[in-house]
Amino acid sequence: MERFAALIDMLVFTRSRNEKLRLIAEYLRATPDPDRGWALAALTDGLDFKAVKSTAIRNLMKDRIDPVLWSLSRDFVGDTAETASLLWPEPAGDVAPPPTVSEAVSLLSAMNRSSVTGELAQLLDRLDSSGRYALLKLATGAMRIGISTRLGKTAFAQAFDVSVEDVEEYWHALKPPYTDLFAWAADGNEPPDTENIPLFRPFMLAHPLGDTEVSMDEYAAEWKWDGIRVQLVHVTSDQGSETRLYSRSGDDISATFPELVDALQIPAVLDGELLVRGSVQGGASGGAASFNALQQRLGRKTVSKKMLAEFPAFVRLYDVMQSDGEDVRALGWEERRTRLEALMPHLPQSHFDISAIVEAGSFAELAEIRQAARDDAIEGLMLKKRDAPYSAGRKTGLWYKWKRDPLLIDCVLMYAQRGSGKRSSFYSDYTFGCWNGDPDQISDGGAELLPVGKAYSGFTDAELKKIDRYVRQHTINRFGPVRETEKTLVFEVAFDSVHESKRHKSGLAMRFPRIHRIRWDKPAHEADRIEALHALISN
Amino acid sequence: MLAKVPVTRPTIKVELSARNRQTKPRKEGADRERFASSFHSNSMTADFSWIQPHPHGIYIAPADCWIDPSRAVETALVTHGHADHARGGHGTTIATPETLAIMKLRYATDDGATLALYGETITLPGQVRATYTPAGHVLGSAQILLEHAGERVVITGDYKRRSDPTCAEFAVTPCDIFITEATFGLPLFIHPPIAGEIAKITDALAAHPERSVLVGAYALGKAQRVIAELRAAGHTDPIYLHGAMERMCALYQDHGVDLGDLRLVADTEKDAMRGQIIICPPSALNDRWARRMPDPITAMASGWMRVRQRARQRNVELPLIVSDHADWTELTQTIEDVNPQETWITHGREDALLRWCELHQRKGRALAMIGREDEDE
Repeated sequence: MERFAALIDMLVFTRSRNEKLRLIAEYLRATPDPDRGWALAALTDGLDFKAVKSTAIRNLMKDRIDPVLWSLSRDFVGDTAETASLLWPEPAGDVAPPPTVSEAVSLLSAMNRSSVTGELAQLLDRLDSSGRYALLKLATGAMRIGISTRLGKTAFAQAFDVSVEDVEEYWHALKPPYTDLFAWAADGNEPPDTENIPLFRPFMLAHPLGDTEVSMDEYAAEWKWDGIRVQLVHVTSDQGSETRLYSRSGDDISATFPELVDALQIPAVLDGELLVRGSVQGGASGGAASFNALQQRLGRKTVSKKMLAEFPAFVRLYDVMQSDGEDVRALGWEERRTRLEALMPHLPQSHFDISAIVEAGSFAELAEIRQAARDDAIEGLMLKKRDAPYSAGRKTGLWYKWKRDPLLIDCVLMYAQRGSGKRSSFYSDYTFGCWNGDPDQISDGGAELLPVGKAYSGFTDAELKKIDRYVRQHTINRFGPVRETEKTLVFEVAFDSVHESKRHKSGLAMRFPRIHRIRWDKPAHEADRIEALHALISN
Repeated sequence: MLAKVPVTRPTIKVELSARNRQTKPRKEGADRERFASSFHSNSMTADFSWIQPHPHGIYIAPADCWIDPSRAVETALVTHGHADHARGGHGTTIATPETLAIMKLRYATDDGATLALYGETITLPGQVRATYTPAGHVLGSAQILLEHAGERVVITGDYKRRSDPTCAEFAVTPCDIFITEATFGLPLFIHPPIAGEIAKITDALAAHPERSVLVGAYALGKAQRVIAELRAAGHTDPIYLHGAMERMCALYQDHGVDLGDLRLVADTEKDAMRGQIIICPPSALNDRWARRMPDPITAMASGWMRVRQRARQRNVELPLIVSDHADWTELTQTIEDVNPQETWITHGREDALLRWCELHQRKGRALAMIGREDEDE
C-alpha cells in the first residue's frame, strides 16, 4: 500500500503526461500480481465496494470530530476521502503494519454495512496520511487525480510494449485484477479470448470543429442528435444468443432499455443515438423527443409498462462495427455506411432507423443548413471523413462535431456552492435566476428572481477566483454548503435549448447551461425576465 | 461618514517608560476608569462600544483612529506590512519601525509616521492607550493592545506561534476582547514542523542535481523565512532571487536577519543555477519568466499546500506546507492561552473557529472584514 500511496501522491503533483505514464508504467512493472492489477483497476475504471461509500466515511468521522467542523472541512477540501485522511486521528499504541493493496482489497470486499465502521477504522489506523488518502480513494471509486482511463491503459501498453488498441480491445472482456492481461502483455501468454462474448468496443469520438473548414468531397455530414450514444451488441454461439446495450462509457444499460435488447436479433455491433419517440418534435424521420423526455428513462434499474408506453425508446443508427460476425471497423466510413444501409431491412423499424446524411454541395451551404436548424433534438452537425476507418477514441481529422450556436440570456447569480476536484474550495457551482416581472416597477410589488439553472463551467481560472471572492464578500445567507449571494452579479448564460420542467420553481430547465460572459458591468435589474426564456422554448 | 474626515491632528504621546510597566490589577482599575469616563463629554465607553468593527477596518471611536483600514484615513494603526493591512495615503501611520520601513519600500508612503516600539505604550486621544506586541507573523508584525475605560482589547492582525528566525515571537497578552484572524481556521490545517518541509527542498536537489528547485514564496516574510530556515539547516550555497525579492531581502538583512549569499537570477547564467535553489513570488511560478530556469522542480511554500487539490490548482510539483499564519492548533490554543471574555474573528475560515468557540463555551463573533486576502492569493 505504501508504494501505491507514493505513486498516487506523485501522480497528483506531476504535470507532464509523459512523466505520469512513466511513473505508472514503472509501478506496473515493479509490482507483483495481483497488487498491480488492483492498482490498475483503481486508476482506470475504479473499484466498487458495496459497503464502503462516502456515507460510510462520514459515519466513521462522526465519532471522531464535531459534525459541523467535519462538514466545513469537507466543504473546503471538496473531497471526502482527502478530508478524512487529513482529519483522521493518529492511533495511540501499536497497530498492525500497513496492508498490501490486495490485502486491503480483500478486507474492503469483506466489509458489510454493520462491520464497515469498525473494520475500516482498523485499516485506516494502519496507514499514514498518504496511505489513508490512497486507501479511501481506491475504496470509493473515483480517484479524481487527473488520470483518465485512457491514460492508465496507455501506461499499461507502454510498460509492456504492447499496442494500446489491443489493450482496449481485450479490456472489457476481463475483470480486475486483470491477471490474464498481465500474463499476455508481461509474460507473452495467449491473448484473452473475445470471440462470442457480447463485448463493449471502444467508441470512435469526435473533436470540436472550431474554425476548421472541410471539403464536402472528403467529409460527409450527419445531424448530431441530442440523446445518448449507445452501442448494441448481439452475439450468437453454441450456448445461445445474447444482446447487450452499452452506454458511452461502456456501462451495461440493457436492463434500462429491455425493448431494445429484444429488438436486435441479428449478430451485429451497432453504434447509434438512443432517443425517445416524440410527436411534437417533428424531426425528419419518425420524430425524436427532446433530451428532457429521454431523461425520464435514464438511470432506472427496472422499467414499468407505463414508462415503456409513454417514453418508447429507439436507436438512430450512425455506424456498424461488426456485421454477421465480420469486424468491419477497418473499412472506410462510406463502405461501412453501405453495410449499415444493407442491414436496415433486417432491423425492426419500430426500434431502429438510420441517421440521415445531410446533403450539401459545399461547406458554405452546410453552414447555412446548420444555421437554420432549430429542431430541439438536433445538437448540431457531425462531419465524418469518408475514407476513415472506425478507430477507438479521438483521432484528429477523422470526425468533427459542429454544435449549433448557443442561445444566450442574462441571469443573476443567486446561490453558489463549492466545487470539487480541480475546483476544490472555490465557489464554482452557480445557481442563477431571471426576473418574474419588471424589477423596476416597485409599485406592483416589484419582481422576484426565480432560479432557472445551474452552471459550473465556461469561465477561466482567473475569473473563477474573482467570482469566488465576490461570493465570499457578498454572502447574505448560508444553507449548509450553499451560500446565498446578494443579487447583484449578472451572468450571460449560454445554453443549447430550454424545456418545460416540473423540477424547478420557474417551470423551466435549460440544456447544457454554461457561463458565457461575466457581466461585472451590468446592473442586476437589467437581467432578463422569465418570459424571455419562455419565448425560447422551441416545441 | 467613513471617508477621510479632516479633523485636528490628534496629539499622540509615547510613554517611553512603558517597556517594563506592570499591568495594573485589572478589576479595580476598570471600575475606577469606567466611573471616571462617565463624566467625559464624548463618552463611548460602556461595554466595548468604543471599539467598532467596520467592513474596511476597526474603528476606535474616542481616538478617531482606525486599525488596518483598507481606505485612506486620518490616523491609522497598522499591524504589519502586507498589502491587505497596510496602505499609503493616511494622514498619520502608527506602526513598528520595521513595518514603517516596509511600508515605505512597498507603498512609497511618507506619511506622518509615529514609531511604536514593541512593548511601548502610546497614548491616543480620547483616553485610549495602544501597546504594540510581537505577532510572530513577519518582520515588524505586531498585535495591538488597546486599553480604554479599564477595558482591554487585543487585535492580532495576522500571527503565528511557531518559531521564525526572521521575526520576534508572538507574545500572549491577556485581554477582554481578542480580535483574531482565522486564515487557517479549519481543523484539517495542521502545519507540520518546518524542518521536514525545508528538507523536502534539499532532498529534491540531492535527487536531481541537474535540475533546480524553484520555490514560490510570498515576497514579504515567507521568502525570507524559507531562506533563513535553509541557512539554519546548513545550506550554504548561493540562493537565487527573482528581481521582485531583492529589495525586501535587503531590507531584512539591514534589520539584522542573516540570509547568507543571495544572488539575482537576472545576473546569472542559466546553467550556473543547476542544482540550486531559486526563490520567486508565487505569481512567477507559472509565468514565462520561470521557463528560463534550468529544468525547475516547481515548489510552493504555503499553508494551503496541505490540501492536494490546492497544490494541483497551482501546478505545484513539490508542495511545502509552510505558513506565516497560525494553524488550527495554534488558533485554538491561543484563544485558550489569552482566555478572553469574547473572541472576534476578522477574516478567514471564521465559521469553523466560531463553532469551536461554541463547543468550548466561549463567546465568539465574526466581523466579516472585507479585502483581507487569503495567504498567497
